[in-house]
Amino acid sequence: MYSPQIVVEALLNGLMLGAIYALIALGLTLIYGVLHIVNFAHGALLTVAMFMVWLACARYGLDPYLAILFVAPAMFALGYGLQRFIIGPASHGKDNGILLVTLGLSIIIENALLAAFQSDTRTITSDYSFKVVELGPLLLSFPRVVGFGVTIATTILLWLVLHQTDIGKAIRAVAKEKLGASLVGISVPHVYAMTFAIGCACLAVAAGLLMPSFYVSPKTGAAFVLVAFTIVVLGGMGSIPGALIGGLLIGVVEAASSLFLGDSLGQIGIFLIFIVTLLVRPTGLFGARA
Amino acid sequence: MLEIRDLRAGYGGTEVLRGVSLDVNAGEVVAVLGSNGVGKTTLNKVLSGVVPATSGTIRFNGAALERAAAPEIVTAGLIHVPEGRKIFPNLSVRENLELGAYCRPRRGRAEKIEQVYATFPKLKQRARQYAGTLSGGEQQMLAIGRGLMSEPKLLILDEPSLGLSPLMVEEMFALIARLAASGLAIMLVEQNVVQSLELAGRAYIMENGLITLSGPAHELKSNAELKRAYLGL
Repeated sequence: MYSPQIVVEALLNGLMLGAIYALIALGLTLIYGVLHIVNFAHGALLTVAMFMVWLACARYGLDPYLAILFVAPAMFALGYGLQRFIIGPASHGKDNGILLVTLGLSIIIENALLAAFQSDTRTITSDYSFKVVELGPLLLSFPRVVGFGVTIATTILLWLVLHQTDIGKAIRAVAKEKLGASLVGISVPHVYAMTFAIGCACLAVAAGLLMPSFYVSPKTGAAFVLVAFTIVVLGGMGSIPGALIGGLLIGVVEAASSLFLGDSLGQIGIFLIFIVTLLVRPTGLFGARA
Repeated sequence: MLEIRDLRAGYGGTEVLRGVSLDVNAGEVVAVLGSNGVGKTTLNKVLSGVVPATSGTIRFNGAALERAAAPEIVTAGLIHVPEGRKIFPNLSVRENLELGAYCRPRRGRAEKIEQVYATFPKLKQRARQYAGTLSGGEQQMLAIGRGLMSEPKLLILDEPSLGLSPLMVEEMFALIARLAASGLAIMLVEQNVVQSLELAGRAYIMENGLITLSGPAHELKSNAELKRAYLGL
């Protein structure tokens, strides 16, 4: 059996990896909650954000965490433009239309990245990669400690935007009552695009947090988004607290099952928890009853 | 103030409005009456830019609005309180009111909310509650309060008495009378013919996508055909 110190370290590191999962799931669940679509391009957009961070670091020598300050606005603008000028108009207001458009978009983005960067995996060399934080007897990976803190801060910021600003209140209003929102003069296409943009900005933050300890290739995003989909369903579709708690939970479960079952079986735990939750609570942990 | 000329609109291939013309002047209450399915709600949706007009013109205080989008129409002061209230159930009562002023500057918003609370003291008691937990009458008050937050020059009320208890219906008409007395122009779209004619200065009767009868409310009240068709007398 492992010593308690190793178990606690593994679980804490899992918790902190879960925070980054949560950040990816946050954008996905927000877009689902407002636009009522599953954004199949989420993974490809995460890859785009990771390449942006990689470019900023490898080409321009920027610090990966500092790069977030540039990549987040860029992803925000990209997300706004995609929804406002491509996904929205191309889907003609039909939900299944949006679904197919985002799926098509993900294929285009992945292949465009493949053409531009080939299928090599790329990493950045940063001082953070192997740094550890000593917490008493525990050794925690520095990138994950940062990731945890930044995720919590981003979630709080997102919550404040949704509850304290006019556009945030408009986003919540459109999520439940589109006609009523139009009648007070809210432009629904603008709110959709802003929601998509915020979701993409969350991906930019996640990308900046991932790059110091991870690699990027044109397929990288897909792996994370599979886990993020699980988190969104587990936490309750459209629920922001659900995405955060679900993400942290998945991180811990993955760490625990990797430790006890071995690395190759690590993801089994995620899907076991997932299936059990769906059997017991089909709406997810924080989901509203349909 | 509001001039609608030969307005046509519909869904898919079905024409619902087949050439509607009507006017609302400043400071007057105009009732648009008719039974279910004659196109009253469609007319309101076209006026607020939610359903596109296929032809015809809408002029509001001199501006052409037949092609305008919802935000532009709200900014012009043509405010529609819809049938079924369409409040935001997942937002608090206060947030609903705040969003009523979405197209208006933030300055003075708190004062406007206090004015709405003065008109509807019930809403103040429930300010922090989710709007979805209100009773039907309170939701209707919130919908009207949200409309008032948009600084209306003309307020369109679509079926404000629908689904309310008889007592609440009385209260609602009394409230509309108070709003009208304050000088606000109101277009009251109702199935409740008797009470609407009491309140309105003029009225239009809609049938099958067309205005079939119009005139001063007191004349329509004694119109034999109308009595037969709507009052069963």
